[in-house]
Amino acid sequence: MRTAIESLPFLWQGLLVTLEVSALVVAISLVIGVVAGVGIVYGPRLVYWPIRLYSDLIRGIPVLVLIFFVYYGLPALGLNLDAFWAAVAALAAFKTAHVIEIARGAIQSIHYGQTDAAKAIGLTFWQRMHHVVFPQAVRRFLPPWINAVTDAVKGSALVSLIGVVDLMLAVQKVIGRTYEPMPLYVTGAIIYFLINYTLSSLSRRLETRFAHIRE
Amino acid sequence: MRPLSEPIVRVRKVGKSFGEHRVLEAVDLDVERAQVVAIIGPSGGGKTTLLRCVNLLETYDEGSIRVDGVEVGYRDGDGARRRPRGDRELARIRADIGMVFQLFNLFPHLTAAENVMLGLRKVRGLPKEKARERALAWLARVGLSDKVDSLPAQLSGGQQQRVGIARAVAMEPKVLLLDEITSALDPELVGEVLAVVQQLAKEGMTMIVVTHEMGFARDISDRVVFMERGRIAAEGSPAELLVRPQHERLKTFLSSLNPIHALERSE
Repeated sequence: MRTAIESLPFLWQGLLVTLEVSALVVAISLVIGVVAGVGIVYGPRLVYWPIRLYSDLIRGIPVLVLIFFVYYGLPALGLNLDAFWAAVAALAAFKTAHVIEIARGAIQSIHYGQTDAAKAIGLTFWQRMHHVVFPQAVRRFLPPWINAVTDAVKGSALVSLIGVVDLMLAVQKVIGRTYEPMPLYVTGAIIYFLINYTLSSLSRRLETRFAHIRE
Repeated sequence: MRPLSEPIVRVRKVGKSFGEHRVLEAVDLDVERAQVVAIIGPSGGGKTTLLRCVNLLETYDEGSIRVDGVEVGYRDGDGARRRPRGDRELARIRADIGMVFQLFNLFPHLTAAENVMLGLRKVRGLPKEKARERALAWLARVGLSDKVDSLPAQLSGGQQQRVGIARAVAMEPKVLLLDEITSALDPELVGEVLAVVQQLAKEGMTMIVVTHEMGFARDISDRVVFMERGRIAAEGSPAELLVRPQHERLKTFLSSLNPIHALERSE
């Protein structure tokens, strides 16, 4: 137990990296995923097919393969990213594909009559998105998206495999020094759990907040 | 320039197909200012599709639809070479064409007042207070002064549809399209909605009304159009078409409507 407590400052550094990676991945995938999700629902074929292909392809690859590909594979094509940014890029690419599908499902759950009515009063495309479609779709979007966010936090542990000292690798480094795996893995697990438990409580609060929107 | 005599809505030789299925065939229709035209006919006859083409919720493949002299679906140009209009141009055209829907299509996340205000603020550019003022005035006109801050889910069907009408007319459209606006209502709620429309007609609102209520069509319209299989099969005054129908299919259609004839009920 003492070792676990003494190692806390070092674990704290790792935790910050985990949070940083997760936050970047969540933010990047949210923006690109929602825009591409809109593209896949409303875009012409030239927009639809590349997004469809991307989403299907990426979701069919294990995320670890993606991480190794970006870190070890891309330098062969002349693109050198350090471990941290390679990890962020790979995880964000992966998460984006999921956000695309979540956004697509949420948008398509809105009855087409809503779009008809919004067009009929003269709203432009982005006005219809902003004032009519998104405020209703957000209720369908949030629960699976928070799931995806917690997945992103958990999935970020994989970046330890290319040497990014996140919470996971910090735990392993301490274990390497102290040969006391149990207390450290338990500590690590508790921290991951607390992050994700906070996120899902937040999600339940948000769901209640949007519950008044009924079709 | 539009000749002074051009009708506010001018439909010429409009045709449309869904794949192999021909839904509109060489449709001609003129609607003059302050005129009310009722479109009747069997389901699948093209009534709703024609109405939705007028504000381009559906595209038309052939022919021309002009509202107040402006071609709705296409930029200038002829035949196969004409180009579809972009999003912003369409939005501008649609802002002047009101529409009320069979299933109301109120925005469920907005109150009655906010439903009416959305177009006033974002399309007409009115400041919030001004938009609310105008929205409340229209909601009062349709008898909903006590419901302005209710969400659609808290309103009855008839009340929702009256909000739908207020939302459309608050934009002060050049023409109002009504798409079977009482079909989804319980029978006892139909009257309150039709009364509002009747009042609008009296005040000179130009309207195209797709309806299954023959009594309503007869009372409100200056002209009745009978559509069947994508064509206008008969056209004339309400008296000519509904009281003394000559057209064979129209007779069959009218007598099939209800065992107790809708016309007799309203007489």
